[in-house]
Amino acid sequence: MAAAGAGEKGAGAVSGAPALEARGLTCGWDERADVVRGIDLRVDCGETVCVVGRSGCGKTTLLHALSGLTLPRAGRVLLHGEDLAGRPGRVSYMLQKDLLLPSRTILDNAILPLVLAGEKKASARERAMPLMERFGLAGCEDKWPSELSGGMRQRAAFLRTYLMGNDVALLDEPFSALDALTRVDLRRWYCEMASELGIASVVITHDVDEAVSMASRVYVLEGDPRGGVPSRVAGEVVVDHAAGGGEPFELTDEFLRAKREVMALLG
Amino acid sequence: MRMPPKKVVAPVCAVVALLAAWQAICMAGLVPNFMLPSPVEVVQALVKDFALLMSHLWTTLAEAALGLAIGVAVGFAFAVLMDKFETFYLAFDPLLTVSQTVPTVAIAPLLVLWFGYGLLPKVLLVVLTTFFPVTVALASGFRSVDPDQVDLLRTMNASEWQIFRYAKLPAAADQFFSGLRISATYAIVGAVISEWLGGFTGLGVYMTRVRKNFEYDRMFAVIIITSALSLALMKGVDALERLCMPWKRAERNDS
Repeated sequence: MAAAGAGEKGAGAVSGAPALEARGLTCGWDERADVVRGIDLRVDCGETVCVVGRSGCGKTTLLHALSGLTLPRAGRVLLHGEDLAGRPGRVSYMLQKDLLLPSRTILDNAILPLVLAGEKKASARERAMPLMERFGLAGCEDKWPSELSGGMRQRAAFLRTYLMGNDVALLDEPFSALDALTRVDLRRWYCEMASELGIASVVITHDVDEAVSMASRVYVLEGDPRGGVPSRVAGEVVVDHAAGGGEPFELTDEFLRAKREVMALLG
Repeated sequence: MRMPPKKVVAPVCAVVALLAAWQAICMAGLVPNFMLPSPVEVVQALVKDFALLMSHLWTTLAEAALGLAIGVAVGFAFAVLMDKFETFYLAFDPLLTVSQTVPTVAIAPLLVLWFGYGLLPKVLLVVLTTFFPVTVALASGFRSVDPDQVDLLRTMNASEWQIFRYAKLPAAADQFFSGLRISATYAIVGAVISEWLGGFTGLGVYMTRVRKNFEYDRMFAVIIITSALSLALMKGVDALERLCMPWKRAERNDS
C-alpha cells in the first residue's frame, strides 16, 4: 500500500484542502523557555511550502513537533484534520544527512520503512525495483551507500522517504549538504517528483533563493530562542510560479519580488 | 614477475636481520648457551617436539576458545544492559574498570584454589580477561549511533528491537571486532598463565616443565607456538569481520 498509496491518496485528495496544519503551536525542550511560540502554518495537498529563518531559530524543534516525535506545549498539529500529537510515523521525515545505513545496500535502505512495517524483504524489493529507475537510481540497487555520491545518496533517501507511504513529507534542509550544481538539479527534480506523486512538502531551509524557487508559500520565522525570545511566524510570502511565462523562474521579476519580501521579513 | 610490495618486504627484512644478529651473538659465544639458545637450536627443538607440542596446544586452544566464547557472550549481555538501563551503566562502569586493574597472575592461584586443577579455573580466567574489551567496545559502539538515525527510525514506527537491530548493532560492529581482536590475544595468554599454576596438559604446563629443566630451546619453541596461536586467532577474527561486514570492503576501496 505504502508506495502506491501515497500517490493515490495525493491524487484523490481535494487539491487545496489542508494536508498538515499547525495551530498555535508552542514547543520547547526540557525545563527551558519556549523555542517556538504560537506558530500557525499549513500545507495543502500536493503543495510545497518552505520555512526560512536564521540558524538557531528553532526550525528543527518545529519540525520535530510537526512530525509527531515530540509533544507540543500548546497548540495542535492536524494531519488531514486529525490530531497528530506524539504519534510519529504518519508523516515522512527527512534530514540534511541522508542517514542511509552503511550496512545495507541502496535498495535495502530504500525499502527499510516497508521492512520495519513487517513486509517480507523479497516482496518489498520487488515493489521498490521499478521505482529505482524513476528516482534515478537504476543500477545502484546492490551498491553500498559509501559507493555513491552525495546527490545519489540523497535520491536514495528520497526514495526511502517516499516508501514511508505518507502524503506529507517534512524535509529539514535536504539539499544543504550537496554541492551547488547538484543542489539545483536535485531541487528541481524533487519538485517535479513531489507534484507528480501528489506529496505535500514542508521544506526547512536557510537559503532564501531555495525557498522562493521551490515553495508556493514561504513562512519566515523570526526570534532568538537562545536569547530568550521564542520564534514566531513573522510573515507569509505567496510566490506565483506561473508568472514569467517560459523564462526560468529564478530570472523573473516575481522571483525577485518574493525574495525581496522574504529578506525584508528576515530583517 | 611482480615484486612483492614494500609492506611485505620491510617487516620480513627486519625479522631476518634480527634472527641473523641473534644467531651471530650465540655463535660468537657472547652469551652462555644455557641462557640463550640460538634460533637454529630453537627451530630444532620445535621440530623435534612438534607432536608433543600439538597435543598440549589442543588443551590450551580449547580453554581459550571456550573462555572467549563465554567471555564474548557475557560482554555482549553487559553491553546491552548498559545501553538499555542508565542505572546499570552507572552502577557497573567503575566496577568493570576496577576489575581490569587486578593482575591476572594474582587471580589465577585463587581460581586454582577454589576450583581445582581441571578445565573450570582456566576457562574462568579466560572469561575474566576477555569479556572486558568486548563490553567496552560494544557499549561505546552502541552509543556511537547517530541520534538522528534513531529519530528517523522512530518516524518509521520502528520498535526498540528494530532500532537495536538495524541501527545500533551495525553501528557497533566496527568497534566490536576491534575489541574481539584484543580479547582473542588475551584468551591465549590468559589460558597459558592459568596453566602455569597447575594442570596436567596445555602449553602453559609444558612451559613450566621445560623451564624447571632449564631447557630454554624448548621454552622458546613453546613461545613461538603461543604467538602463532594468538596470530591465527586474530586472523580468524579478521576473516569473521570481513564476512560479517561486507560493506567495509566498499568503504576501503572508496578511500
